[in-house]
Amino acid sequence: MPTKTVSFEIRRQASPDAPAVWESFELEWRTGMNVISAMMEIAANPRTRDGRETTPITYDSNCLEEICGSCAMRINGRARMACSALVDNLEQPIRLEPLSKFPLIRDLQVDRSVLFQNLKAVKAWVPIDGTYDLGSGPRMFPQEQEERYPLSNCISCCCCMEVCPQFNENTNFVGAATIAQVKLFNSHPSGEVLKEERLRALAGDGGIQECGYAQNCVEICPKCIPLTNAISDVGRDVVIQKAKDWLRG
Amino acid sequence: MAAPGIIVVGGGLAGLSAVIKIAEAGGTVDLFSIVPVKRSHSVCAQGGINAAKNLKGEGDTTDQHFDDTIYGGDFLANQTPVKAMCEAAPAIIDLLDRMGVPFNRTPEGLLDFRRFGGTLYHRTAFAGATTGQQLLYALDEQVRRYEAEGKVHKYEGWEFLSAVVDSRRVARGIVAMDLRSMALRAFPADAVILATGGIGAIFGKSTNSVVCTGSAQSAVYQQGVYYANGEFIQVHPTSIPGEDKLRLMSESARGEGGRVWVPRKPGDKRQGKQIPESERFYFLEEWYPKYGNLVPRDVATRAIHKVVYELGLGIDGQAMVYLDLTHIDRATLNRKLEGILEIYEKFVGDDPREVPMKIFPGMHYTMGGVWVDNDQMTNIPGLFAAGECEYQYHGANRLGANSLVSCIHGGFVAGLNSLRYAKSAPAVEGDSGAAAEIARQAGINKELIHNEGNENPFRLWRELGTTMTEHATVIRYNKGLKQADEKILELLDRYNRVNLSDKSQWANTSFAFARQLYNMLELSRTVVQGAILRDESRGAHYKPDFPERNDEKYLKTTKASFTGDISGPRFEFEAVDTQFIKPRPRRYDAVK
Repeated sequence: MPTKTVSFEIRRQASPDAPAVWESFELEWRTGMNVISAMMEIAANPRTRDGRETTPITYDSNCLEEICGSCAMRINGRARMACSALVDNLEQPIRLEPLSKFPLIRDLQVDRSVLFQNLKAVKAWVPIDGTYDLGSGPRMFPQEQEERYPLSNCISCCCCMEVCPQFNENTNFVGAATIAQVKLFNSHPSGEVLKEERLRALAGDGGIQECGYAQNCVEICPKCIPLTNAISDVGRDVVIQKAKDWLRG
Repeated sequence: MAAPGIIVVGGGLAGLSAVIKIAEAGGTVDLFSIVPVKRSHSVCAQGGINAAKNLKGEGDTTDQHFDDTIYGGDFLANQTPVKAMCEAAPAIIDLLDRMGVPFNRTPEGLLDFRRFGGTLYHRTAFAGATTGQQLLYALDEQVRRYEAEGKVHKYEGWEFLSAVVDSRRVARGIVAMDLRSMALRAFPADAVILATGGIGAIFGKSTNSVVCTGSAQSAVYQQGVYYANGEFIQVHPTSIPGEDKLRLMSESARGEGGRVWVPRKPGDKRQGKQIPESERFYFLEEWYPKYGNLVPRDVATRAIHKVVYELGLGIDGQAMVYLDLTHIDRATLNRKLEGILEIYEKFVGDDPREVPMKIFPGMHYTMGGVWVDNDQMTNIPGLFAAGECEYQYHGANRLGANSLVSCIHGGFVAGLNSLRYAKSAPAVEGDSGAAAEIARQAGINKELIHNEGNENPFRLWRELGTTMTEHATVIRYNKGLKQADEKILELLDRYNRVNLSDKSQWANTSFAFARQLYNMLELSRTVVQGAILRDESRGAHYKPDFPERNDEKYLKTTKASFTGDISGPRFEFEAVDTQFIKPRPRRYDAVK
């Protein structure tokens, strides 16, 4: 009986300036196989389907539990995490491509540092007085924790930005992930002290008004974060902030 | 005098804690990490963080936390730093709470606590079942704030290769490699802190992340730092076996009432739900009535091994047992454990709210590590270590939910002491040895890229993992350990014939991996040989031929130093600080 196999088509690009090429691979099927274990197999035996020697695939990965946010890529055209992409649930050949909206480094690896820059711009932190012992934090009811916790689950994978039609060079839109973090920190009793600054950071060019309500973000998010709710809530606050700032002159 | 400049290597909980303390106290930091720090392995910690806050009216105290930790670690940990950690823990929880960590709450709005293994108290604060992620994010945010203020400069996508050590054996900086351009560069510093995590990759598949190779620890070990208690490796009782890794199934599942069982009838073909209560063997509850499912990890892991391999009671004859949550209502499960239930659902395809999970032990935590003193400094002055990469808080076995507190506490201690050290460090002479270290590293790179041969580094790594898992995890025999050491020697020899299929100098991941692999091989020998020398059973180190703990001979810290010789590390043994709690037999079948 022939062994069951799995076929992959992987988009390769040796460097940002090199041409993109597609390579095909055929691997032995194994129980519980995911896209990552397939690429590990290719690294251990780097040959294409037709037996030509090639190089291991360059891709980002770390935890392999869908919690570090590293291994986002396009799998059969859909932006998602490679670790939780089980081969048995995918149509073959399985096509792997890098995210398309971020600078390519090599193969499936891209530079997503723009998100971390955005988080800096909106001051996504609670400005604590210091790390010395200042007693317990503010009281918070379970209901509040249950509102905040899902927002705090964002793994910075950038899938929401990849699928957003407005996230491009023309708009400079910050994207849904950053806006959700603004809601998270504005809802914290001490984080709220920077609320106005955060809202102003989202009021200008590339800010929240760039959102076109396509709702792709909330549909693609691997952590099911209520992104569109966050965008409407923060959008309302930005409008109010703008009005206040205008009245203050 | 300019503000002291400190290098921190590693951006998990320990590294970021150190950064925050240094920046707050006026120092500047260069922070190095292979991955963007927000993607560090600390995100994988699930269940919670321990602190004796005593918010459940149980009379818990930091002394009790200290005793549980020392007892859980089978008395191998030095007691002074552990005591300090347990005393610092309540304020650490408060600090994290002030930083905005969404800890679970009681109806009154206070922090909620749950039970964890190795204690009878509700001592574990938690944020759902993704506590590590939430803690790491809180620290990441504070570091981003300091970054915006110009006090921290991040080098993400850089890999630490070695310390720069001057002619007086003082650490003066590091050599790192840019993982895109593959360029080498020396970075000077007044002190260096390593916070580079565990060594899971040495065991092939583990619950650790891809970057947890122990490469940095091995590099400094090869430069003269002691590697301590390398033989103490924690195998977590409940993980989900996978093709690419073993995924952790948190102890919090048992903390919230999860029960471990197997069918009483060997090879029972029925589905778990179909097996009636009377035909289920809740072996942990029967064998350890007081602690039940919440015995420490080493005890639970050995019990599962016994049930599967000695009693032949694994599910359907396979190496698996049930971890059952189906008797707990869905709302509670979703509120307290959702993160881990999702992992099981996504990677296995079954809903653990409806069907019992199938789990098996997996390599999880590195108790041993770089030797440090009570100030977190290694035996190379100016080189510090904190977090899982060092050895000092967990003895022979770590208690669940103590890792997060040890990382943060250790990072704080290392951060402050590195600054104190830097202020009075001896002046640098010449170029501090940077040029020679760059040249040495460039030589290694050149040799590797031009190597001719027929070995693939990923295949060598698989062989290493298989050997280490077979001989150096749950049950150890001297004969098997010696075979493992011989196998490592064989792999070291074959390493000389590694031929990289990718010889490019741009984002070459197999090149970086091959460099890590060499370091993994060298470090593996400290694990295996340390285990050979320790003819006793203590905590996670279990030898059926020597089933008892032997304090007279082995109540000692193992210290390995690199020789460069084919015979492997040189070993010496250091007395353990037991000044507060007198060692006593460790038993979980009765109240301690």
